[in-house]
Amino acid sequence: MADPMRIRAQAAGDKTTVRVLMSHEMETGQRKDAAGKTVPAWHIQEVTATHNGKSVLSAEWGTAVSKNPFMQFVIKGAKVGDKIAVTWKDNKGDTRTDEATVT
Amino acid sequence: MITFAKWAVPLALTFLSALSAMAQKTASQGIDEYRAMLADGNPAELFEAKGEDLWKKVRGPKNASLEKCDLGKGPGVSKGAFVELPRFFADTQRVQDLESRLVTCMEALQGFDGADITKTPFGRGEQINVTALATWIASESKGQRFNLSQNHQQEKTFYEVGKRLFYQRGGTHDFSCASCHAEEGKRIRLQDLPLLSKSPGDGVGFAAWPAYRVSNGQMWGMQLRLNDCYRQQRFPYPGFGSDATIALSTYLGVNAKGAVSVAPALKR
Repeated sequence: MADPMRIRAQAAGDKTTVRVLMSHEMETGQRKDAAGKTVPAWHIQEVTATHNGKSVLSAEWGTAVSKNPFMQFVIKGAKVGDKIAVTWKDNKGDTRTDEATVT
Repeated sequence: MITFAKWAVPLALTFLSALSAMAQKTASQGIDEYRAMLADGNPAELFEAKGEDLWKKVRGPKNASLEKCDLGKGPGVSKGAFVELPRFFADTQRVQDLESRLVTCMEALQGFDGADITKTPFGRGEQINVTALATWIASESKGQRFNLSQNHQQEKTFYEVGKRLFYQRGGTHDFSCASCHAEEGKRIRLQDLPLLSKSPGDGVGFAAWPAYRVSNGQMWGMQLRLNDCYRQQRFPYPGFGSDATIALSTYLGVNAKGAVSVAPALKR
């Protein structure tokens, strides 16, 4: 089970800035371990975000994204108290969803 | 094509002046800007959250949480503990830093094998949890000023021993901590080095660890920081939670008196 994300969503006028920190190894599959064996690729492939259940962002990620990635995006029309949910899915099929309230 | 050449010249000039403005910025200013950009999403927060969870979670052979752990301010008090460590603990009869004290609590309350955790390399097994816990405890004192006790005789002894270790030269390079950290304006490549023989100021040196290192994506506590300093000096590795590392921490912590803690910080 993956560690939780940290999500902050702050409203300013009609724009809401969402900041997401994800906990993930993001192994590229290019590295070798001490024994010389390739460390298998293990990274987030899909990221989606919803605002009160309505999809507002979907992204395809690859190996170029850093370990413990940080993502920030702006959405329009969200109000204080609204729910922002972010989901990632990695290439091993593991997935994690966390939710935050707009402040 | 003629019209293109007309505005191409002023465009090139603006571009050049922009370049020279960039060149005037010193390397450390550039690094500071980079840190400020990253600070907004400091992954140390992930370790904080994990540490807080571990503090409250029932774990170990004794099925207990760490909520009764005494870090010097009474059982279960996490706020303000970080800026007063290392300190003398009556129950163990020794001076302990944050990480070694956490191991003591994990042993006494949860029933983990403390000696086994001490032997575990950084970033493996229970050591990962010790680092996460230390990160959270440090975050509970963010913005507070360092104020280490020097009342107990052992605390004074540890300070003096730490001072000697700081100036002790050895290894293949005949290095000491003081070789790099006892003068203003020293650096390794582009990294400014803190002056540690007196208070280096707010959020610098001892007041900045545990920290997340962007370059390797690892969370480092003070124990690993000191361990790696010794590696760079080509000294043998000091033991985790050893008297030597705690003495050195005591020396750095006492020197940092009055400095504001920014831990967990973000490092290149």
